[in-house]
Amino acid sequence: MVSLGIIYDFIRPEEKMLINEARNQGVELKLIDAKNIYFNISNSLKNLEDIYLQRCVSYFRSIHITYLLESFKGTVINSFNTALICGNKLFTTISLLKHGIPVPRTAISFSKSSAVKALDEIGYPSILKPVIGSWGRLIAPLNDPESSLAILESREYLHPIYHLYYIQERVKRPPRDIRSLVVDGQFICAIYRYQPPLDWRTNTARGGRAEPCPGNDELVDISVRAAEAVNGEIVGVDCMESRDGLVVHEVNNTVEFKNMVRVTGVNIPSEIISYLKRRVRK
Amino acid sequence: MQVEDSLSFQPIMFKRLFSKQIRGDVVKALCPQCEGEINIPEDAVVGEIVTCPDCGSPYEIESVGSEVVIKPAEVEGEDWGE
Repeated sequence: MVSLGIIYDFIRPEEKMLINEARNQGVELKLIDAKNIYFNISNSLKNLEDIYLQRCVSYFRSIHITYLLESFKGTVINSFNTALICGNKLFTTISLLKHGIPVPRTAISFSKSSAVKALDEIGYPSILKPVIGSWGRLIAPLNDPESSLAILESREYLHPIYHLYYIQERVKRPPRDIRSLVVDGQFICAIYRYQPPLDWRTNTARGGRAEPCPGNDELVDISVRAAEAVNGEIVGVDCMESRDGLVVHEVNNTVEFKNMVRVTGVNIPSEIISYLKRRVRK
Repeated sequence: MQVEDSLSFQPIMFKRLFSKQIRGDVVKALCPQCEGEINIPEDAVVGEIVTCPDCGSPYEIESVGSEVVIKPAEVEGEDWGE
């Protein structure tokens, strides 16, 4: 029997679905609340599970626990390297570019004044994104030089992570983006995420509406290649329909999928747990 | 990997505030903010977030079993996401 540790800090609907599916498939399940554990790293870790599924909502908790388990020969999905890259928009963009995957035009700068110069090159309207962060938090449209300067200035009063100015062209797209799920190099399903009223961001965490999206050849190809670019074994790939075709703007390593299950009817927890069992037997 | 036994005093404090109430088969907890009734799912899991239907305050389930204990949920962190 395969033993699986699910590492979490909060139980979202996704974790409940995964727990139920693991039990249905006869997996020996250990639930690990990241908030209630400690590691004495002077000693070697013993009695590791066959495999771990990393589901922490906190990026910093996630990468540190994953690194630690891997250091003691544990197998964690997704890996430390994948989590590190996916959790950082700059690292993700570079990985995608290196693998020839289309991305929006992007610049990074490290001060307000150089951000203004970068904006001259990328042009308006653009978007300012924190390199680390999710659910559309603190993503700001940069529509003109005057308002952009005010937004850039406001970031100087925040944590230093927000002084990394990741600036991306605002892609002309329909009022939606696409989230696809890739498991073990296979395209599983996809949804459109429509932006809610009074917001241009499509995150379903912000009220975006989900609808099924048929997987055409272009979407399947770009999704699978984006997962490969970050060595992602279970990832969500976010892309936009630009005038020149699909462009990828994010790859999610602890993908939320409850809306995908709801609107596509695909049993995603089953796909994930089945893969983890196969992975142990490899 | 070791599980920490000694939790902070806060959950114990909330244990008194949040004794479960059973009405039929439904387990409920009282919200300390507004005294609204929070439904605890039948298949509740430690770490699950429940929300007061009256005031919207989020709580995390601290333990399940003979008594359900909940505590105020952590505020969304800058590094939270997927």
